[in-house]
Amino acid sequence: MISSILIYGLVNSVVLALIAIGFSLTFGISGVANFAYGALYLLSGYLTWMLLKYAGLPLVLAVPIAIAIVGLLGFVIYWIILLRVRGIVLSEVIATFALGVGMLEFFRWKGFVTYEFTLPYFKKGMLLIGGVPVDYQRLFIIGIGLALVLFLYFFTHHTRIGWSFRGIAQNQRTAISLGIEPDWTAALSLAFGSAMAAVAAISILPLGIISINMGYDVLLIAVAVGIVGGLESVPGILVASLILGYCQFITSMYLSAEWMMVVYLAAIVLVLAIKPSGLFGKFKELEERV
Amino acid sequence: MAVRYRKERLDRGIKARCEDMFALSSYREMLYLLLPRVLPVVALLTFPLLKGVVGLYWEKVLVITCAIALLALSWDLMASVGLVSLGQAVFFGAGAYLTGFLNNSLGWPCFLTIPCGTVGGALFCTFLLLPVLRLRGVYFAIVTLTLPLLFARFIEASKILGGNEGLSALSPLPNLWFELYVPVLAVLVCLFGFRRLINEDYGLVLQGIRDNDLAVMSGAINIYKFKAQAVFVAGLAGAFVGAFMTHYYRFVGMPAFALDYSILPLTCAVLGGVGTFAGPTLGAFILVPLSEALRTFGTLRVVFYSAILIICVVGLPEGIFHYIQRKYHQFERLIEVG
Repeated sequence: MISSILIYGLVNSVVLALIAIGFSLTFGISGVANFAYGALYLLSGYLTWMLLKYAGLPLVLAVPIAIAIVGLLGFVIYWIILLRVRGIVLSEVIATFALGVGMLEFFRWKGFVTYEFTLPYFKKGMLLIGGVPVDYQRLFIIGIGLALVLFLYFFTHHTRIGWSFRGIAQNQRTAISLGIEPDWTAALSLAFGSAMAAVAAISILPLGIISINMGYDVLLIAVAVGIVGGLESVPGILVASLILGYCQFITSMYLSAEWMMVVYLAAIVLVLAIKPSGLFGKFKELEERV
Repeated sequence: MAVRYRKERLDRGIKARCEDMFALSSYREMLYLLLPRVLPVVALLTFPLLKGVVGLYWEKVLVITCAIALLALSWDLMASVGLVSLGQAVFFGAGAYLTGFLNNSLGWPCFLTIPCGTVGGALFCTFLLLPVLRLRGVYFAIVTLTLPLLFARFIEASKILGGNEGLSALSPLPNLWFELYVPVLAVLVCLFGFRRLINEDYGLVLQGIRDNDLAVMSGAINIYKFKAQAVFVAGLAGAFVGAFMTHYYRFVGMPAFALDYSILPLTCAVLGGVGTFAGPTLGAFILVPLSEALRTFGTLRVVFYSAILIICVVGLPEGIFHYIQRKYHQFERLIEVG
């Protein structure tokens, strides 16, 4: 019992971290709250599904192509839509929110709602860990989650693009004066965030069927984890996803599955009411509050 | 060298004259001032009388249009204080559920439930939003996006207030005239009331909070008090719609917190022009009838709203009303740039 809570709670937490990391990366760097995140997540699922089904590509090929396309789309969204409303928070939020809702409802209209929309497992089968059966896909998710966090750490600390990301995030004006191009950086951050949504989608979606409402749920999860952890800190996201992941798993075990979303939503509202900068967010604290 | 031009805008003479007492000197000036105000009022008040001409269906569309217009007005009032809401549905839902509860469980008639639902729903939302009023921009938007979803899921999970099925068989509104004229009058009261409010000294403070809250704070003004009051007034409009529509549909349930009641008023406000109150109303009177005409497309309508929203936000940020207002008051000419 305890070991199953520990293991599945951990899987749950990694799922949350995977979902949240792209959203929070984009927000942390460029200050754009990408409300189209849930739609991009679902889009990558459908895209992979179509590449597998219609183009007949093997999974190994379809996955990088889908990730690349969604990443590119994030880049394009920045240049076409966000660049024109940059700095007007209201317009940024409305534009990305409308884009997300539009994409999701378009999928719904196209009839992407039946049971045939599933992504394949990377590898079938399961393992017994401490007497609890865990299938390989969930182990892959933990592996991918860890790999992504490590990659992000090395990327932001040891590459030029990563440095410029952090520079822009810390102080935009100083970064500009040092010759870092803010629009390129912001567009890249959006592209990275979208690509991470795709990575998350492709590893998580095989666990269930792809449904439209997941798009809204994913956005809420990303927002919830980001808010609880502090929107620009990677350790904050990890801690927040552990807290929320276990809370949610225990809630679904002892109450019912319907209460799962209530956990996130209540977490968002409570954290914003009590400590708006989140558990680990620091340097934007003054700007967020009045 | 090519001659280059730029556009110059000048106020029309009649506008300049109408700004002081000369406005009363001729019929032309009086009409210039009155026509844009009286015409929509008269049109709105006569439309319910034309039932025989336009048919009952379009009269029902008028009710829905008014409902969305009221939500858009309440959105605009909150936006005037700098509170950008992505969830007007929370006001709608609070008013709707309170009314439904009072009518269903306590059996109160609709003359009591609608006022109680309006005031109670607005109070409830104000107290709910009180701790988050200090948040800015995106963060406030996130809270408001979350709240309607939170309530919908909470009611679904806890099965209170009818749970998934909602409360049905509520008492109907007394008659058709009541159904048609109450929302029309509410729109007119809110439209002109809010416009007056924002032009008073009180409204100046509200706009000041939107533009620079720190400056207003440094004037020894408690901005949270003002924000809370603005949310309450906006909540009255939103909760009234919820309360009224509950009796209109004779049902209250999960759809009260639906995304439609958040995104549609937002679209109307952005299409019509934020910050003018007339703009969001105009937007509602364009969009809602249009969306009724597009009813056959099903969920594609939401895609359609989203497309309008993106195009308006990115391409036409001033909105229709500002455009019309400018054309009405000013003329343009090209002048050479040396």
